[in-house]
Amino acid sequence: MARRYFAIAAFAGLIVAIQLTTLVTATGYYLTQLTMTAYYSLIVVGLCMLIGYAGQISLGHAGFFAIGGYVTAFLTTFDLKSHQGAIVSLLSKSGALVSRQDVYGGSLLTVHPWLACVAAILLTVVVAYLVGGPVLKLKGHYLAMATLGIGIIVYRIVLGTDFLGASDGISEVPGFPLPGGLLITGDSSSRVSNYYLAWGMVILGMVLLLNLIHSRVGRALAAVHGAEDAAGAMGIPTARYKLNTFVLSAVFAALAGVLLTHYNGGIGPSEAGVMKSVRYVAIVAIGGMANLWGALSMSLVLNYLSLRGYFGTYDDAVFGVILILIMLFTPDGLLRRHLFSDLKRAVSRNPAEEEAT
Amino acid sequence: MTLLSVRGVSKRFGGLQAVNDLSFDVARGSIKALIGPNGAGKTTLFDLISGFLRPDRGEIVFGGAEIHAMSSCEVAVRGMVRTFQHIRLFPKMTVLENIMVGRHVHSNAGFLAGMLNLPFTWGEERRIREKSFEIMESLGIAAQARTEAVSLAYGQQRVVEIGRALACEPKLLLLDEPAAGLNMRETNEMGRLISRIRDTGVTVLLVEHDMSLVMKISDEVVVLSYGEKIAEDRPLAIQKNREVIRVYLGDDQ
Repeated sequence: MARRYFAIAAFAGLIVAIQLTTLVTATGYYLTQLTMTAYYSLIVVGLCMLIGYAGQISLGHAGFFAIGGYVTAFLTTFDLKSHQGAIVSLLSKSGALVSRQDVYGGSLLTVHPWLACVAAILLTVVVAYLVGGPVLKLKGHYLAMATLGIGIIVYRIVLGTDFLGASDGISEVPGFPLPGGLLITGDSSSRVSNYYLAWGMVILGMVLLLNLIHSRVGRALAAVHGAEDAAGAMGIPTARYKLNTFVLSAVFAALAGVLLTHYNGGIGPSEAGVMKSVRYVAIVAIGGMANLWGALSMSLVLNYLSLRGYFGTYDDAVFGVILILIMLFTPDGLLRRHLFSDLKRAVSRNPAEEEAT
Repeated sequence: MTLLSVRGVSKRFGGLQAVNDLSFDVARGSIKALIGPNGAGKTTLFDLISGFLRPDRGEIVFGGAEIHAMSSCEVAVRGMVRTFQHIRLFPKMTVLENIMVGRHVHSNAGFLAGMLNLPFTWGEERRIREKSFEIMESLGIAAQARTEAVSLAYGQQRVVEIGRALACEPKLLLLDEPAAGLNMRETNEMGRLISRIRDTGVTVLLVEHDMSLVMKISDEVVVLSYGEKIAEDRPLAIQKNREVIRVYLGDDQ
């Protein structure tokens, strides 16, 4: 138990070290991509919980990210002033709405970001439960295809819906206010605070997931992953546990969608794209499947390189190739939990032992 | 006192009548064995009782409740736990972790409690661990606690699987061919272990091919042939039953 909090502390140290490095080298502009990387990492670690620990694949998590992002973007930009009615005045009286100025100086009446966030998460939970129930009865390729379908449906919906901005997406999303005068926003003046807020969210998410892995539920999920029928025979409600993990990972994705949308000030349909989902799965795979730290470190490196434009026009291809290579050569992932003990065993293996097994 | 009652149960797979109108009772605190030639329907019957399959007809009553429409999970929660003909341990988990999974039905921490690492889960985890070590010590596998379960010798894997089932503290333990793949010494040990489990108050129903084991430890034996019950009696009487001899050795013409 102490070990996992030690790792968390070490990671927090790394985050501080990165920020200090950008401070010393006057490269503070890197923090913008690093902050976005943090929010993408939130999806990756949630997905890692689903794929690596519950043993269920999802090629539709960009869809949940988009549900989160679009709900909050729509609610916080849609002007309710011209829609006065009983519901609007009730919301207004209960403080759920905010009056603010748009970029042209006109006044807007929109839903408070906190309420929008709650609505986004609630919708995600409902959608994830509704589709997860039937879809998680499938296994292997069929589950992959069904979740892929969910992602494509969300993508087509946001692309084809006018009030969601169609192919333009939604822009001019306001910042997300937090206690203590903090604001999740892409303004360069609050770059450092947003960097820490974003990675703070990741660290919080990691604490929750690491705790879960080392709990009774985590043990049960590992059992379901390893031998589902035997897990059921031990009294573990396998279907419910898989569904709960699916919803949990969807909530991680949706929360990332909400926060990144407020940070970027908008969201476009490409965020719901299939290649985004493939990218998240590829990162979990290269991170070692059942390895939260591996997924997180790979997410940090690859998302950052991608956002800085190092992969150029091959951006999507890079992640596709990574996924293919991993599946071909090391289906357990590159950074396996037992990588070092495996290596040690491989080095010290002698023929006599081989024969005995 | 009847713990398990199978009443007129039938199961058909396409053109094959795997189990046909089968009835028998298992008395509380007894060891009952199901025997029969290959394909007699023993494993199908096990799957029906333990909730892996639904019977086409008939009912199964366990501890006073009808269970034939329940899932394997619900059946396990009610205190009936099974092992598998082909050992199904959880891979990539140690012996200790495998046994700890068996404590699932006797603990409570859910997703939220686990994620927040709530204080009440600490004591619960400690008790799960203590109970698991207790079980491993009674089975003589405590030394292997930190070993990956599937890397153990076959005979020890069987013991781990039984340990995992015992961790559920079942009222009824279903053992599907517990001596399969074991040598003679291990089979004898398995027999002693099963008797010992019964002596702790657990009712045992087993499918087994090893006749010497069945005759030594069972209180009663049910003989199946082509999905039907052809005999149910004490072991000594079964050995003399003409129908049983005919099924096993063929007609003497």
